[in-house]
Amino acid sequence: MAEIRNFTLNFGPQHPAAHGVLRLVLEMDGEVVQKADPHIGLLHRGTEKLAESKPFNQSIGYMDRLDYVSMMCNEHAYVRAIEKLLGIEVPLRAQYIRTMFDEITRILNHLMWLGAHGLDIGAMTVFLYAFREREDLMDCYEAVSGTRMHATYYRPGGVYRDLPEKMPQYAPSKFRSRREIDRLNQARSGSLLDFIGDFTDRFPKCVDEYETLLTDNRIWKQRTVNIAVLSPERALALGCTGPVLRGSGVVWDLRKKQPYAAYDRMDFDIPVGVNGDCYDRYLVRVEELRQSNRIIRQCVDWLKQNPGPVMVEDHKIVPPRRVEMKGDMESLIHHFKLFTEGYAVPAGETYAAVEAPKGEFGVWLVSDGANKPYRLKARAPGFPHLAAMEELVRGHMLADVTAVMGTIDIVFGEIDR
Amino acid sequence: MSDPTADPAGAPPDSLEAYAAAVLDASGGRAVRAAALAGELAFEVPAAALVEVCTRLRDDERVHVETLIDLSGIDYLTFGRDEWSTHGATGTGFSRGVSGRYAAESPPAGEALPEPAARRFAVVYQLLSLRHNRRLTLRAYCEPGEPPVIDSVVEVWPGANWFEREAFDLFGILFRGHPDLRRILTDYGFIGHPFRKDFPLIGHVEVRYDPAKRRVVYEPVSIEPRVLVPRVIREDSRYEATLTARTAAGAAATPGKPNG
Repeated sequence: MAEIRNFTLNFGPQHPAAHGVLRLVLEMDGEVVQKADPHIGLLHRGTEKLAESKPFNQSIGYMDRLDYVSMMCNEHAYVRAIEKLLGIEVPLRAQYIRTMFDEITRILNHLMWLGAHGLDIGAMTVFLYAFREREDLMDCYEAVSGTRMHATYYRPGGVYRDLPEKMPQYAPSKFRSRREIDRLNQARSGSLLDFIGDFTDRFPKCVDEYETLLTDNRIWKQRTVNIAVLSPERALALGCTGPVLRGSGVVWDLRKKQPYAAYDRMDFDIPVGVNGDCYDRYLVRVEELRQSNRIIRQCVDWLKQNPGPVMVEDHKIVPPRRVEMKGDMESLIHHFKLFTEGYAVPAGETYAAVEAPKGEFGVWLVSDGANKPYRLKARAPGFPHLAAMEELVRGHMLADVTAVMGTIDIVFGEIDR
Repeated sequence: MSDPTADPAGAPPDSLEAYAAAVLDASGGRAVRAAALAGELAFEVPAAALVEVCTRLRDDERVHVETLIDLSGIDYLTFGRDEWSTHGATGTGFSRGVSGRYAAESPPAGEALPEPAARRFAVVYQLLSLRHNRRLTLRAYCEPGEPPVIDSVVEVWPGANWFEREAFDLFGILFRGHPDLRRILTDYGFIGHPFRKDFPLIGHVEVRYDPAKRRVVYEPVSIEPRVLVPRVIREDSRYEATLTARTAAGAAATPGKPNG
């Protein structure tokens, strides 16, 4: 009789379901996973070391590139850490703008997750739907920052500039008819806030569409119900946060429990799961889409009513306006000092965290009084989640590995840093 | 569904100082309160007592840190050293900043880095108690020597596993008792610990495809390290107002919103 033994399967690093560059060494007993050993680091760029060699402001752009589907949330944690060390208070309007863009980012992230997760386990259409709405939100990013993804919009002391009064419009082209262009530009005729307001009106319907495709779909349920069950105690011990922790039934959301920005003024609910399986995590994230939409709506209403500054006035930290520099010597010096040397942050250390779409994204920042960080550590939510994956997939089938990878929502930009 | 912070007795949340006292008490007097910003808590723990203190902090009802949020290494080799003396250096043009005194990346030829502090490496733990809604920072200095050694806390919080592998990979800190201490982020076969302050930012090797050998080869780096913005420590008065305000707030120990 032939000898039967486990064999080792190499999954990735280039695999459509590897969500980037994950190499997974699986020990299989037939079709059942006995052991999983993720090899990470293929996208390691040494962001934290690079940040040590640059003035504080120059690293904001690196934060976008950590978790590159929830860009502004990463920036938020970083600028909050700097603001805490500097001891500066951000104007309220900037806090609202940050809250709004954090939630836009959450929707962007969850749509990306929903599409990719669906694609991984065999639902093609939802990917197309999700990207349709992502496009509108990317336009919002572009309107405030000039880029669709890596915005560098949050700055220590506020946000780079106030929300624009005009939304960019589609130009006539030979590929689109006049009527089509008019339809596309209809929501873009007003300010950015009008556009976002219009988005919040139609978005709940879109979420209904995704749910029609998936929530009661028997194949979807077959692939996710009772897969990778995580108990609340185990989730906490493993350092899980965000939707993974909430999917296991733990009511924990930094936006409610340790509010930052303007979250303490917002009315929203924290969805939690019951069983801690892939399906519950799916339900939690879909409900978060709706809750984020609610928060954005509240921010839009407030921002329309309350104009005001979006940056602190301290020119030791924030560059002066261009027009002031033309006639004012002191402004010119401030500008020169800021862009050649940056600002020195008082010695000390702090840990600042935000509820990023994937979980708790934190930045531990140590300063020795210099114009560059002494040490920066980005606490990526995906890192402990991926570490927990070995436990989640053990005993499941090979095909479930992709379902588990989708459900923990990993992005290698933040895991490898 | 469980709300960890829901208190059945409806008692008001414990203040920061009460929580700090509980931490000190639960640690059996081994944790020492360290300086922190107002509203934050930091403690220093001797390396020898680390695992015991962590276990007690986890199990003590008054402290109850269920989760290790983050674990990170730090190298204090060049702490507080700038690359450009701001005193009397104004007459020499831009290049004055380029050859720094102690550019951590490239110590000047013939000049060795100063004696590293006896406590060069530390491991910092960011802890979170969901029940008390409090954050806590623990710092433990590694036993001096090469490699630096410290006890592993994987037995206390299983989530520490990968974080410790990362600190080992990047700083070369050995975690005694870790079940699987392998490199995690750097390349297979990587030499050195890149986040140490004496490891150059530019690295030691670069790779290219060698058509003669018909494979990818490693070679010493050909790029010159370059400092565009020198590291400057300003001891001027521009933050005096905020700093004094903060110290005053710290002295009064107002139990602010955690992380607010």
